[in-house]
Amino acid sequence: MRALVWHGKEDIRCDTLTDPEIEQPRDAIVKVTSCAICGSDLHLFHNFIPAMLPGDIMGHEMMGEVVEVGPEAKHKLKVGDRVVVPFTIICGECDQCKRGNFSVCEATNRKKYLADKVFGHPTAGLFGYTHLTGGYPGGQAEYLRVPFADATHIKVPDGIPDEKVLFLGDIFPTGWQAAVQCDIQPTDTVAIWGCGPVGQMAIRSAVLLGAKQVIAIDHLPDRLEMAEAGGAVTINFDEESVVERLNELTGGLGPEKCIDAIGMEAHVSPSMPDTVYDRAKQMLGAESDRPHVLREMIYVCRPAGVISIPGVYGGLVDKFPMGQLMNKGLTIRTGQTHVNRWTDDLLRRIEEGQIDPSFVITHTVSLEEGPEMYKVFRDKQDSCIKVVLKP
Amino acid sequence: MTYSISNIARSKGDPKVLHSGPSSLGAADRMARALGWFSIGLGLAELIAAERITRALGMEGKETLVRAYGVRELGHGIVSLSPDKHLGLWSRVAGDGLDIATLMTAMRHDNPKRDNVGIALAAVLGVTLLDIIGAQGVTARHRRPSSQLRSYRDRTGFPRGVQAARGAARDFKVPPDMRAAPALAAVSDRATQEKAQEKARPH
Ligand SMILES: [Zn+2]
Ligand SMILES: [Zn+2]
Repeated sequence: MRALVWHGKEDIRCDTLTDPEIEQPRDAIVKVTSCAICGSDLHLFHNFIPAMLPGDIMGHEMMGEVVEVGPEAKHKLKVGDRVVVPFTIICGECDQCKRGNFSVCEATNRKKYLADKVFGHPTAGLFGYTHLTGGYPGGQAEYLRVPFADATHIKVPDGIPDEKVLFLGDIFPTGWQAAVQCDIQPTDTVAIWGCGPVGQMAIRSAVLLGAKQVIAIDHLPDRLEMAEAGGAVTINFDEESVVERLNELTGGLGPEKCIDAIGMEAHVSPSMPDTVYDRAKQMLGAESDRPHVLREMIYVCRPAGVISIPGVYGGLVDKFPMGQLMNKGLTIRTGQTHVNRWTDDLLRRIEEGQIDPSFVITHTVSLEEGPEMYKVFRDKQDSCIKVVLKP
Repeated sequence: MTYSISNIARSKGDPKVLHSGPSSLGAADRMARALGWFSIGLGLAELIAAERITRALGMEGKETLVRAYGVRELGHGIVSLSPDKHLGLWSRVAGDGLDIATLMTAMRHDNPKRDNVGIALAAVLGVTLLDIIGAQGVTARHRRPSSQLRSYRDRTGFPRGVQAARGAARDFKVPPDMRAAPALAAVSDRATQEKAQEKARPH
């Protein structure tokens, strides 16, 4: 089969590989009909989370048709079923899964010894996202083996196009959880840093959940335009001060709820000196993540507010304003998304026409064009916001 | 072939690479990478063998300067190998200028190693040309032209429009583990109510 394979920093290739095979009784094989490049794939593209090995298949947002089912998954899946595959691999039986904390499932990370060393305790196995989370081959491929497939799937009905349901596997529930964990009240202003795919989903989620005001922060005019289309007030940080403008829009009080949809690779600009400092330290290996957004959020957030972090961080940050965080009594909520906790409800909202997540797709290409699209997406060329691949 | 070595990290049923296809690295990116490693190599040489270099060029006494250039060269290399490689390559071009100016000072008639300096100058000029080609190449490949923006004004994501979408999911119940502390007013309201109930209750 063909798949997009990581070979090193900024080196992703469309390779020919052996087909995946059923290994465990709960496995299933899915023929991928659509998959996407996620913003968090760019951290791997840049090798900022250094636990990838040459030959690893990328991709954690995919859907398709079940073509083979292991004996212990047959009670839930059959050949021909149409499924979206969540990026988190879940057993459905452990303590964490029972509580709905699927992204920290205790049974599915097959490289527990690595995760134990780095995180203290393992988190769930993830598709195509380094050997810290199991080293499972990803879904930017023609075929995908889904471990624990009887639990790790979202069934979707026929007759609804791939594009509308594909993002149930990651960015839609990720944006949704980011907003949900803000516990949005009708009086709340929700400020969202980053208008990439997750930011766009978080904006729509905050609007649906009834925020008084949703404010989106970025500097790319096309992305800000898409944010505005979704009902957000926008701030272009190249043109105005984020802190001043946020205070202005909230009567000097600051936003009650802040969402970081950027993560470890904040934009670097001489107008924000801390970003240059972080970039230099990162290049020298003295800091792994660039936390400019966290600093700004903690500074501007209304006291007793909530900081929600769906953006991916990999390791250590520097100059973290613990004093502001503590004295203002802020609540931080973060984590990889507990995808299956939300998907039944979100699928219903898509079917009922409350939202259509396909709005975010700007490019649809074949798998062969995938490597070049990584570059286009990273460089934000051609107004690229979300790439869908058709294997 | 590193991918075949890393296959030891894969299980039996994991796909394994048979042959490689087109890469996301363009020719300009590969050139940047080569120049980046060249910088690292040269920088290390300048740091470790500063005496040899000054002797070969008849520039005895300038060892500290050569070592400082070595550190600078390492910096060019690190940035050229990073995703911000265009900055790295343009900084290399600037560094080449500095190298040329420094070598020119050694082109004196009384320098017995004048020939060596000439060879070094020719080499630096050649590398400068490569650096300029490389820097222009990566800049062009990764530039984001601001003139070709697409319009996303109609991408609401809400089939019934934004106005209908506002609060449409208020039926959603935030799970208890994700609730924020209630507003102060709500807390004190509840306390007042509870107190009133307490008083109304017969003792
Ligand atoms: Zn993702
Ligand atoms: Zn579990």
